Amino acid sequence: MERNVKKFTSRADLQEARYNFVSTLNRQKKKVLICAETGCVAGGSLEIYDKLKSLCRERGIDCAVELGRELEKKDRPVEIMGKESIGIKKSGCHGFCEMGPLIRIEPAGWLFLKVKLEDCQEILETSIVGDRPVERLLFRQGGATYPTRKEIPFYQKQIGLVRAQSGESDAESIEEYIAGGGYAALEKALFEFSPERICREICEAGLRGRGGGGFPTGRKWDQVRLQDEPVRYVVCNGDEGDPGAFMDRSIMEGDPHRLLEGMIVAGVATGAREGFIYVRAEYPLAIRRLNNALRQAEKYGLLGEHILGTDFPFTIHINQGAGAFVCGEGSALTASIEGNRGMPRVKPPRTVEQGLFGKPTVLNNVETFANVPVIINMTAAEYRKIGTVDSPGTKIFSLTGNVRHTGLIEVPMGTTLREIVFDIGGGIKNDRAFKAVQIGGPSGGCLTGEHLDLPLDFESLKKVGAIIGSGGLVVMDEDTCMVDVARFFMKFTQNESCGKCVPCREGTRAMLGILERIVEGRGEPKDIDLLLELEDTISATSLCGLGKTAGSPVVSTIKYFRDEYNAHVQEKRCPAGTCEALKTIYIDAPLCRGCARCSRVCPVGAISGEVKQTFIIDVTKCIKCKACLATCKFGAIKEG
Amino acid sequence: MNDNEMKTVKKEFMWVDGRRVELNGERNVLEVVRQAGVDLPTFCYHSELSVYGACRMCVVEDERGQILASCQTPPKDGLKVKTSTPKLQKHRKMILELLLSSHCRDCTTCPKNGKCLLQELAIRFSITGIRFNGESFKRHDLPIDNSSFSIVRNPNKCILCGDCVRMCAEVQNVGAIDFKGRGSGMMVSTAFGDPIIATDCVHCGQCAAVCPTGAITVKCDCPAVWKDLYDGDKQVIAQVAPAVRVAFGEEFGLVSGENVMGKIVAGLRMLGFDRVYDTSLGADLTVMEESAEFLERLRSKENLPLFTSCCPAWICFMEKRYPELKDLVSSCKSPMQMLGAVIKEHAKRHDVGDSKTIINVAIMPCTAKKFEAVREEFYRDGIADIDHVITTQELVKMFREAGIVFADLEPEAPDMPFGIHSGAGVIFGVTGGVSEAVIRRVAEDKSMEAILDIAYTGIRGLEGAKEAEVTVGDEKLKIAVVNGLKNIDEIIKKILAGEVHYDFIEAMACPGGCVGGGGQPFGLKPVKKSRSDGLYRADKLSQIRQSEENPLLAGLYKGVLRGRAKELLHVHY
Repeated sequence: MERNVKKFTSRADLQEARYNFVSTLNRQKKKVLICAETGCVAGGSLEIYDKLKSLCRERGIDCAVELGRELEKKDRPVEIMGKESIGIKKSGCHGFCEMGPLIRIEPAGWLFLKVKLEDCQEILETSIVGDRPVERLLFRQGGATYPTRKEIPFYQKQIGLVRAQSGESDAESIEEYIAGGGYAALEKALFEFSPERICREICEAGLRGRGGGGFPTGRKWDQVRLQDEPVRYVVCNGDEGDPGAFMDRSIMEGDPHRLLEGMIVAGVATGAREGFIYVRAEYPLAIRRLNNALRQAEKYGLLGEHILGTDFPFTIHINQGAGAFVCGEGSALTASIEGNRGMPRVKPPRTVEQGLFGKPTVLNNVETFANVPVIINMTAAEYRKIGTVDSPGTKIFSLTGNVRHTGLIEVPMGTTLREIVFDIGGGIKNDRAFKAVQIGGPSGGCLTGEHLDLPLDFESLKKVGAIIGSGGLVVMDEDTCMVDVARFFMKFTQNESCGKCVPCREGTRAMLGILERIVEGRGEPKDIDLLLELEDTISATSLCGLGKTAGSPVVSTIKYFRDEYNAHVQEKRCPAGTCEALKTIYIDAPLCRGCARCSRVCPVGAISGEVKQTFIIDVTKCIKCKACLATCKFGAIKEG
Repeated sequence: MNDNEMKTVKKEFMWVDGRRVELNGERNVLEVVRQAGVDLPTFCYHSELSVYGACRMCVVEDERGQILASCQTPPKDGLKVKTSTPKLQKHRKMILELLLSSHCRDCTTCPKNGKCLLQELAIRFSITGIRFNGESFKRHDLPIDNSSFSIVRNPNKCILCGDCVRMCAEVQNVGAIDFKGRGSGMMVSTAFGDPIIATDCVHCGQCAAVCPTGAITVKCDCPAVWKDLYDGDKQVIAQVAPAVRVAFGEEFGLVSGENVMGKIVAGLRMLGFDRVYDTSLGADLTVMEESAEFLERLRSKENLPLFTSCCPAWICFMEKRYPELKDLVSSCKSPMQMLGAVIKEHAKRHDVGDSKTIINVAIMPCTAKKFEAVREEFYRDGIADIDHVITTQELVKMFREAGIVFADLEPEAPDMPFGIHSGAGVIFGVTGGVSEAVIRRVAEDKSMEAILDIAYTGIRGLEGAKEAEVTVGDEKLKIAVVNGLKNIDEIIKKILAGEVHYDFIEAMACPGGCVGGGGQPFGLKPVKKSRSDGLYRADKLSQIRQSEENPLLAGLYKGVLRGRAKELLHVHY
């Protein structure tokens, strides 16, 4: 809904508005926070939102309070503020994505899981009008029920720093962001800090790039600040492409103003007047929310000329990526914004010297920018108290794979893998055994049982041949074939290689070819060393980070699971039993009645035995046609 | 700089394989290493193109054992690199093995066989086996693009070094080809995968010139020439362009720039050509016609600046990019086409061919000439003025095939009546040559001193764009000499924007002019310089320096050209 609002022309304007917004919000007796991010939306959360709203209206409950309108009528706020209401909001991500669609009711803190349209009436009567939670929608585990969010084990080791507002307020309302303390960091940056001081603050906080590289953000900003060229740019990398990663998406969808604020502060710090957000086109909701947020910020004068009455102008553009993973690489990303083919270029010159359109450029990812307002607001010293010495702050991970509770989590840097997988994630699904975690996506490596107590931070991971990457954590159980995992990531990298440099383009093709032949049972013992030899050249000579790390999943799986590779190439056996071509057909002796049907249908005469005795399959003759499997009435023939 | 400052200038050095190398403004470590006498291998580095950094063959190792791509590493005082270590050797071999694994390896029948850089490096690094073979590594067979008259694109031979792409975009501003696809599916393609003939391609052949493998090659017209040579009913006539004579010898171990016209003539006769003529005579005709046209336009003040019309790639570029400039381009045919028309007309009139069909074969430094020859404008009564165009390199092949021992050839003179040319005609083969020849013609002072002075007006040299001012009568004429289509494109934009004014613009598509043509043996700037020096020497050695003094012209204008100059020597595109 477009409304005309007055632009903030001073710091006081913003502070006064914040006071008004907070007052109005306080009128909301209850807040119904319906997760409106991609996962829950897919589960029908927007329909649930509409339904709840219409139900409320039918019952005559006021749930239409719009904060922006209060500002205009601030000459008579008291009478309006006197009325109580219910806030029904499309909120950001609550994190517990596996259990979506999620609804939380504040101030009670009840978290309802897997809510369906049919549940709305009961929620209204019981929890909105009434004061009890809907029991059957609460989280249960081992006989216990956990009514509130903070009680659920999934949330207990998490802290909300960057995601503090996510899931707490309306993702489409700048007023709620401002009411929650939003744009206070921008105030500080404009009115209290010099650009140099901002950079120093970020440096002292020890913020490191959350996109994977871990480069000190403050130093990067300072380098851009000190360039001679007057035209500079701020670029946000929202081209999140790692399989299973959606940290940045959640920020852009759930708390877009935090990202904008971080970028504007970067603009103040570096003297840039224009910013670009490069979002992958596969994130339509994020693009919609960002566009909405940009319009709102412009409307209030938080973007545009003379921000808050100062001489500082800043505009932000949104560019959509066309689906190339490599455009997450800095120089490929800027090339893509410029309208060229997204291919990394040779460096030097570095992006801070000649980035977008050949101008000095600050390039950070979404999560990094989202950390900036936090640091400015809480001070570097306080920020440093969270996380580890070398890696202060928190990290958002997307926890996926064979773990019981998947979702989006924010933990202090240095949290151990065990805490994440077992305490937060609730352990392995279906009571299988933990095998490994792939961290850092296709550029990362795997962590195994021996690393469960390893603190997850930049330095510790580097030591064991993995990287924190952008924060994807894929948990794997004992039924996962590590050779196949390596093949999966290699296929991804090979498809996503831009094709420019020979080692990456041809090397990944060769590695993929070898891995494919191994999982298809055509591998040779010397293949394992050949893979390592290839990786050595690819990592040493590739042009960009994608190539340099392309072989990491292979190297780390060979390092920790060489036995599995050996079983594949020497015995032509897949220990996890997942490689289709390596499966064998066998007769489970106790179940076999010796009816001989199987031996009669076998086209190659591989099955033999005496009637009424256990039959056996000669694996050297078997062609795995599975005719026997289909014909056995006793389920005695199995594959694996 | 005074003496004190001189002393304080600190010399900077790098160490290459333990040897000290002084830095002299080299742009990257690769250049420093080459300065140190080490021939670092590379597929994608071209000093005249931007740094692409894709082949990773030029890797060096620094003191910390780090591997650096030398082409992208800036030289630094005190930097120590090694160019040959076990690590580097291993990586280079692996890269070659990987490249070969996806390369179509039918080398023995490849047009680039023996001149392929991939082949050369595979030999240099003793690649004797490839471990990535079989089903899992197979690449699809891609179709060959045979649509062009000038070049053939075979993507199965492409190693994606991008030299052609950058040449087309950066030097020629054409951009007919670029990359498409990702990963191992990446390839060089035209827009929408159209045949190259349907794109903005101007046939300059510079892509083929820089291609290290057989992925882009010049279309071979030798078989058709052989066929006509062996046909008793045909009289086959050769004409040899100026730039050919100073590059041809390079292929037989002679220094570039050595004028081997006499040997070429002798060799052509051995091949069975009935007559051998010199395209420089055609150039003399061009000078006469173009000068007249220029003076006429100066008089009428219409259609200025006059753009030269000798270069078919430039004509093609103009037609596709700036059709509105058509009237500014000289109406003169190119020297090749002028001579071709005159030869056929002369033969008709004098029946010199004993009623045999006349076949005109042009030996050119140029791939675009193949395209020019088949343009419909150059067909009269359904008969082409030029029947075949072969490049310098194709003629080399024919000499080799015929077993001609080039070194032993005794030089011979071209045939009459088209065998005498002026010095002005021979310098057509280098950028600035056409302008100089025209100035000699239009200048009023014809003394030898004045003629020699023209060389110093600034029109000589291989720079991409040069300017000169010449006084004719009481008018000061502004002349621009431009080579490389990018430079031409830029100057046109300035002219259209009204920022500059010229009276005469010599436009040549290839960097350096015809000496650097797409059909020549590939050479960088120093080679082109030697070739142009060779042409200026040939000019110096000519008794006749000005086109109008060529005694053959008078005969022609009185004979075949009487009343028909416009028909035979001019064209409207």
